[in-house]
Amino acid sequence: MDSMHDLGGRQGFGEVQPEEDEPVFHHRWEACVYTLVNQMMGRGVIRNVDQFRHAIERIEPRAYLGHGYYGRWLGGLENLLTESGVLDPARLELLVKEKGGRVDDLVAARPSPEPDRVPPTESAGAGRAVTDAPRFSVGQPVRTRATSVSTHTRLPAYARGRLGRIVSLQGGWVFPDTNAHGRGENPQHLYCVRFSGEELWGDEAEPGQSVHLDLFESYLAALDTPSVEEPEQKEPENE
Amino acid sequence: MSDHSPQAIRAEALESLLVEQGLISEAAVDETIALFNDRVGPLNGALVVARAWTDPAFRQALLEDATAAIEPFDFKGGEVQRLVVVENTPEIHNVVVCTLCSCYPWALLGLPPTWYKDPAYRSRIVREPRKVLSEFGLEVSADKEVRVWDSSAEVRYLVLPERPPGTEDLDVEALSALVPREAMIGVAVL
Repeated sequence: MDSMHDLGGRQGFGEVQPEEDEPVFHHRWEACVYTLVNQMMGRGVIRNVDQFRHAIERIEPRAYLGHGYYGRWLGGLENLLTESGVLDPARLELLVKEKGGRVDDLVAARPSPEPDRVPPTESAGAGRAVTDAPRFSVGQPVRTRATSVSTHTRLPAYARGRLGRIVSLQGGWVFPDTNAHGRGENPQHLYCVRFSGEELWGDEAEPGQSVHLDLFESYLAALDTPSVEEPEQKEPENE
Repeated sequence: MSDHSPQAIRAEALESLLVEQGLISEAAVDETIALFNDRVGPLNGALVVARAWTDPAFRQALLEDATAAIEPFDFKGGEVQRLVVVENTPEIHNVVVCTLCSCYPWALLGLPPTWYKDPAYRSRIVREPRKVLSEFGLEVSADKEVRVWDSSAEVRYLVLPERPPGTEDLDVEALSALVPREAMIGVAVL
């Protein structure tokens, strides 16, 4: 999904601002949201982590940029609680108003009127056996999918349609793109793929830079013909 | 810790409703706060780093299969399903990010700092890592390679920093006290 969460490579955000001796939670409400999410995952109201990540990706875009980390979690949580029928949004609005919330406050949650039906997850963890042999091997050049999708996906926009090289095989895993939507686990092989800075950012790339991404098999394709140019990359030394 | 932002009001309202519905206890939030406040001592990741510095066989095992190598430590708190440790060398500097959300090796480093999860770091570290690192006060020389690891799946990454000189006589405990989380994310060196 091409929403605000896909931030890699976006420009204009300014300096990183670390806070010295930062507390784990700045306010009680943050600890509250953290606890609620953990409890709802434990109870199976939140069905799987891919569903939760996607629920955050679907929040109001200005809230994504402006409400902070736990504000985003709050939006994702509220999406899923409303969509699953656990939360009555009208009751929440009433209570928010009673507590001093204003009618024009931006709300992060945007529950879908036709939510996906996601089944409960049986197993702990996302690692799965994959019966088919891996399609790609270490050292092989690959090209990533060039097209955008509206579903949850873990291929960032900045790495779409790019030439990379397989660095390692990372095992078999639940496929987030379908698992987030209740369309099955569809386990796939996962690969660590290396991209040169030049491949991603062109002439403006800093020298001697690479980016590594863990990418699912269906995000990748072998290069078509031997005459296709391969990326000029220093061979990784300590993989 | 009071806050009157719209998010605070909404979170508190949500909490009240869920308590009323019996889905969460009020004590659960206080338990969370206590759990994180009571944490003392170096991070779990620092113990792993110190052990790698002092035990060459462990270091090798860590670089080959970190998930298996840390199993005996039995770290709790946010299951790391697959761990990869990437080693800084005189030729290579590593740094970790999750551009799509905030994936982080919780069991080793606890919950991530806010800057790690915010748009500035997530957007810029993949595109201009040297510039971002220099803003953290870390200048990486031009002849060194910078490798950025974007945690886009369930694999979690930990940077093994280079051991600083003059620490040869320190034991594992003393060494682990030297390693801040910034060095294990890759935005600092020792």
